[in-house]
Amino acid sequence: MSESTPGTVAQFPPLAGPPLLGLHEMELNFGPQHPSTHGVLRLVLKVDGERIVSARPDVGYLHRGTEKLFETETFPMVIPHTDRMDYVAAATNNHAYCLVVEKLLGVEVPKRAQYIRVLLDEMQRISSHVLWLATAAIDLGAITPFFYTFRDREVILDLFEEYCGARLTLNCMRIGGLPVDLTPGWLEKVRAFTEPFEKCIDEYEDLLTENRIWKERTVGIAVLDEKRCIEWGVTGPVLRAAGKAWDIRRALPYEVYPELEFDIPVGKNADTYDRYLVRVAEIRQSRRIVLQCLDWLEKNPGTEIRGKVPRVIKPPAGEAYACVEAPKGELGFHLVASGGNKPYRLHVRPPSFINLQALPEMAQGHLVGDLVAVIGTIDIVLGEVDR
Amino acid sequence: MSHTLLHNVLIPFLKGAITVVALGLAAGILTWIERRLLGRLQIRKGPNRVGPQGFFQWIADTVKLVFKEDIVPSRAEKALHLLGPLLLFVPAVVVLGLVPWGPELTLFGVTTPLHAAADLNVGLLLILAVSTIGVYGIILSGWASNSKYPLLGGLRSAAQLISYEVPMGLAVVSAILMSGSLSMVEIIEAQRKAGVWFVFPGLIAFFLYFVSGVAETNRTPFDLPEAESELVGGFHTEYSGFRWAVFFMSEYGNMISVSAVATTLFFGGWLRPFPNVAWLSFLDVIPAFFWFAGKVFLFLLTYIWFRATFPRYRFDQLMALGWKTLIPISLGNLALVAIAVLWGAAGLKVLGAVLVLLVAAGFLAVWIRPARPRSSTTMASPNVEVRA
Repeated sequence: MSESTPGTVAQFPPLAGPPLLGLHEMELNFGPQHPSTHGVLRLVLKVDGERIVSARPDVGYLHRGTEKLFETETFPMVIPHTDRMDYVAAATNNHAYCLVVEKLLGVEVPKRAQYIRVLLDEMQRISSHVLWLATAAIDLGAITPFFYTFRDREVILDLFEEYCGARLTLNCMRIGGLPVDLTPGWLEKVRAFTEPFEKCIDEYEDLLTENRIWKERTVGIAVLDEKRCIEWGVTGPVLRAAGKAWDIRRALPYEVYPELEFDIPVGKNADTYDRYLVRVAEIRQSRRIVLQCLDWLEKNPGTEIRGKVPRVIKPPAGEAYACVEAPKGELGFHLVASGGNKPYRLHVRPPSFINLQALPEMAQGHLVGDLVAVIGTIDIVLGEVDR
Repeated sequence: MSHTLLHNVLIPFLKGAITVVALGLAAGILTWIERRLLGRLQIRKGPNRVGPQGFFQWIADTVKLVFKEDIVPSRAEKALHLLGPLLLFVPAVVVLGLVPWGPELTLFGVTTPLHAAADLNVGLLLILAVSTIGVYGIILSGWASNSKYPLLGGLRSAAQLISYEVPMGLAVVSAILMSGSLSMVEIIEAQRKAGVWFVFPGLIAFFLYFVSGVAETNRTPFDLPEAESELVGGFHTEYSGFRWAVFFMSEYGNMISVSAVATTLFFGGWLRPFPNVAWLSFLDVIPAFFWFAGKVFLFLLTYIWFRATFPRYRFDQLMALGWKTLIPISLGNLALVAIAVLWGAAGLKVLGAVLVLLVAAGFLAVWIRPARPRSSTTMASPNVEVRA
């Protein structure tokens, strides 16, 4: 591939590090079938020995035209398509979409449904973060955390399956509320998992946090400070690791989040290690939220899980934007409605795609071995990049 | 049958054949042990369907690999592509042939030393020389594949070998100083005379040797030439079927060789613990060969345990570790051992006792260190703070 290809990234000033010799640059295709690209991502690398001179993401292998597809479906029929974007956090996608339609429709969601939605969201965040931990660790050659995290993720997926019948593409929310009420005994099962889960997080930390090699591989890698994060539009744990306490759940509150107690962990050094710490701390915070939701739901048993929604959903003509704090950052839906029963236009602001843009800057000047750490630290899901 | 024919042709041939077959079998069985043990460490089962406890899994895998299509990339350098795996495998066998597996063995009225090859007076030197050849196999396979990832893997392997051969050599010199010989059998006999294994005065040397050995066999955390998540398969990306299996076997063969040499140099080879303490003589019930094999096995388990615990070093960090940490330590250790040897037998005992006490104190310090407090609101590290 020649340099004249459209979409070539701008040249950034080289990061601090040994000077580049620039004598024998080699072009290396990293992906799309590479084991560490977390999906069908292709990176066109220019390497000098093992040092990365430039990295250009080449996306689009998975393109499914989801946004165009949205326009051909009625409003409720869009929900299963949102599952397939960030397929490791399907509940969050459902949630963000339902929020934007409800906003335009002016529907009030019952309190119980809000709590269940938040509960599902936070369980989804835990399962997404542990999956990230598993893959990021395996990228750096540590295989054992993978099995520890999958042990716990399995339990969450089983709980999802019991609630909505699906493990991955949940389709677990409806415009105005939820499709079904909780099965009897489900809350106890969630509690039985969540309360001892603290010990499991400690286990992950025992394996990695003070591990000398893990620290050597992550401290100071892929630094992206707060200013550059904001310039690129990067959100989520990557931004928070840079020290900015920006979390949609607090900044632009939705549902019952203002009533819940939780903290926003922020890092200091904006490197891969801080992103790891922030994500682990977020798993702990999500566990806190889940426990609070359980308390509320157990105290307030009721049946109201769906607001007053018309039989045929036809929001008035107009537009709305709603966003949630997805595990990977700000997930927003921008809906333009023309008054019909289908979206006129529905644009998605996926965190993975926006965060991926910063990859060339984060990777430049590092070694090929670091590149896998850089890809891992952004926590991308290609279903969301090529939607 | 004439004496010459028996002792110079038949027995060496038999011993050589047994070594090759034993290495092949051991490498195969080791893959099963590794997968079962990793399964235990990683809360999963590992292979448990083929044969009792999945024991025949390695046979099934071998059969599968042998019958897989053997692909040579169309633009590869065919001859070298073929040669590469063999260049890696042969040194592993040769090294194993130079290690004494036990004292003399008498079978059917014939007495012969338990060696595959001979007890050379420069045995240790030859082992170092031969084990270095293996890297040619890796570099040539990487280059001959005519593909970029294997090439990077081969280059990494070369740099890694250069970085770790030096501390390994210096560590081995400690054993030579303590025993005053380069012959493997003499080194073991010297440990019998000294009354203790050389691991006590040579604790640092043993540590250096084993770390370098792990690096030279391309095992975690030094598995950079084949780092799957970085270089796909590294130097063996373009290999398949039987040739890939030869690479695999060589890796396990090299693990066994490194463990066998470490056992000989620092753990008294086939000797029982504290070989000159009389009241421990009941331990002699266990034949010498099993002492040797048991020690080798423990080292192999350590290799597997490493794999379950450590992430992978980065390429430059690996070399920095070799050049900036291990080589200075090995030079200092060499001076220390040399002084102790000059002092005589007492010197070795004092050095050994001091090192053992230091290590014990270190373990105690780690043991009594208070655990890091953790809760849902206090963060795991000062790097992370919480804002409500």
